[in-house]
Amino acid sequence: MTGYLEMYNLGKTYPGADGPAVIVEGFDLSLQQGEFVSLIGHSGCGKSTVLSMVAGLNSISDGGVVVDGREIDGPGPDRGVVFQAPSLLPWFTAFDNVMLGVNKVFAHATPAERSDIVEHYLTVVGLGDALEKRPAELSGGMRQRVGIARALALAPKVLLLDEPFGMLDSLTRLELQDLLLQVRDREKITTLMVTHDVDEAIFLSDRVTMMTNGPAARVGDILPIPFERPRERTALLESDEYYRLREHLLAFLEGQELKRGIAPAAA
Amino acid sequence: MSNKVRVIRGLDMVGLGLLVPFVKLATGEAPRTQAREILQSVGLPVLAIGAFLLAWSLLASSVETSIGSVPGPIAVATEAGNLVADHRAERAKEAAFYERMETLKLKYAEEGKPWKDRRYSGKPTYFDQILTSLKTVFAGFVLASLIAVPLGILCGLSDRFYAALNPLIQVFKPVSPLAWLPIVMILVSALYTSADPMFEKSFISSAVTVALCSLWPTLVNTALGVASVDPDHMNVARVLKLSQMERVFKIVLPSALPLIFTGLRLSLGVGWMVLIAAEMLAQNPGLGKFVWDMFQNGSSQTLAQIMVAVFTIGLIGFALDRMMSFVQSLVSFDVAPAKA
Repeated sequence: MTGYLEMYNLGKTYPGADGPAVIVEGFDLSLQQGEFVSLIGHSGCGKSTVLSMVAGLNSISDGGVVVDGREIDGPGPDRGVVFQAPSLLPWFTAFDNVMLGVNKVFAHATPAERSDIVEHYLTVVGLGDALEKRPAELSGGMRQRVGIARALALAPKVLLLDEPFGMLDSLTRLELQDLLLQVRDREKITTLMVTHDVDEAIFLSDRVTMMTNGPAARVGDILPIPFERPRERTALLESDEYYRLREHLLAFLEGQELKRGIAPAAA
Repeated sequence: MSNKVRVIRGLDMVGLGLLVPFVKLATGEAPRTQAREILQSVGLPVLAIGAFLLAWSLLASSVETSIGSVPGPIAVATEAGNLVADHRAERAKEAAFYERMETLKLKYAEEGKPWKDRRYSGKPTYFDQILTSLKTVFAGFVLASLIAVPLGILCGLSDRFYAALNPLIQVFKPVSPLAWLPIVMILVSALYTSADPMFEKSFISSAVTVALCSLWPTLVNTALGVASVDPDHMNVARVLKLSQMERVFKIVLPSALPLIFTGLRLSLGVGWMVLIAAEMLAQNPGLGKFVWDMFQNGSSQTLAQIMVAVFTIGLIGFALDRMMSFVQSLVSFDVAPAKA
């Protein structure tokens, strides 16, 4: 089958002193247009490596990545990235941070149109009245909102999220998950998210991809999340199905942990 | 933001943080804490200065030199007063000269004789010399910055460029101004030949020497600042496919700015230190030449006058550093703004 975003036989190898270190090998995953897929696994298993290869920020050792029928070659604004750290430019306001990319992507639009785009997306993430604030004046959650607005404003084909809420406190994290869910339902944007939070993965995704532990990590299992959209957290938490899915994911992760325990030499 | 907060922030920025407790005390904020703060930030330095002056005056009177005893603090303070009085007297003479010239000019005009404007040619006063020194150090500093900042940016952007330049930087960095100056003077004499020179040769030599010695901290810090741009920010630039120019001006330079200014601040400090030595040898009519002339003069006031110069040099150096630190705080975006 051919997907909108396709990773085929993707591999990452670093040359090392005792021979090459294989981080990821034979990674196959395909996303349909508008699909939200999470990548879950133990820390250090290589899930972020996969994401940064898709983003084009990390060179691909083996295999390839296809977006909308075109093989990628390096980074580009067709793949909006939300980094774990918000990575905003501290000398720019929220508005200017988003504008930096909009200027690039919508080079032919008039200044007024570009300004509208920036304001629109900052309003979408709930920062309509903080346009002129600098990152230092924003809370961690608000900074990450700007990061999301910056990625969305590029009108990317694919949205890539690298543990986007990893550095936030749990309440802010829940807020931003809700925001992301709304944005997804509205924009129907194809999204690949790396996370190590099982609940976050279930709540947001159409499918959860579980990665085996490295070295030579690959897709271990894929779990479809059948909940209808729009989703609501409280309703989900009351369904038995939710706990069955959660159990499945946790069992997989625990199994990986056991495997690591038996073969420590591999670490 | 209240006025008080604004005043406190302003004081902090210009490096007068020790006045902050006074402001707080004046507004009646926690008097006990403020009193302790004042004792610590003002009382202790005052105590130390007092001890220094006491030790100085006790030791000074016990040392006899070929030109009389070493002056104590009071003699030096008197000499400072004399220099100010000299300055005033010289200015008064100058004003009187120009007044005389005016009347003379009118008289010439009445008698129909041709008139040529004459300039007053009195000796430069102490304050004229300070001004010359400041002009020279700024000229050298600007020259150094114009060379060091672009070179530093190139070094920071390109590992190869840095690798190529690094040995030269390491070799030239520790060279004393006293070694540069003769070379610079000879080169300036050879190259700067104009019938009607805009600047004195001694001024050019001193400024160039200052530049040669003070460009290194800026160069090294700029290179470091440019090279240590947050990799996340560079990733943003890559995702957005910013051009090389956009990267430099929108990401690299702003993030290197605080370190560039750290370098500039260090450079100005080095430049001011080097300047005195350069002026001494180049006979640029500034503080260095003043010290040298006083030394050659060998009168009973020599030591006191040189000590006045020492304190002047120190205080101006301190003021320059405060000034740069103020500019530095203006460009460092990391400082979280005070909450209103």
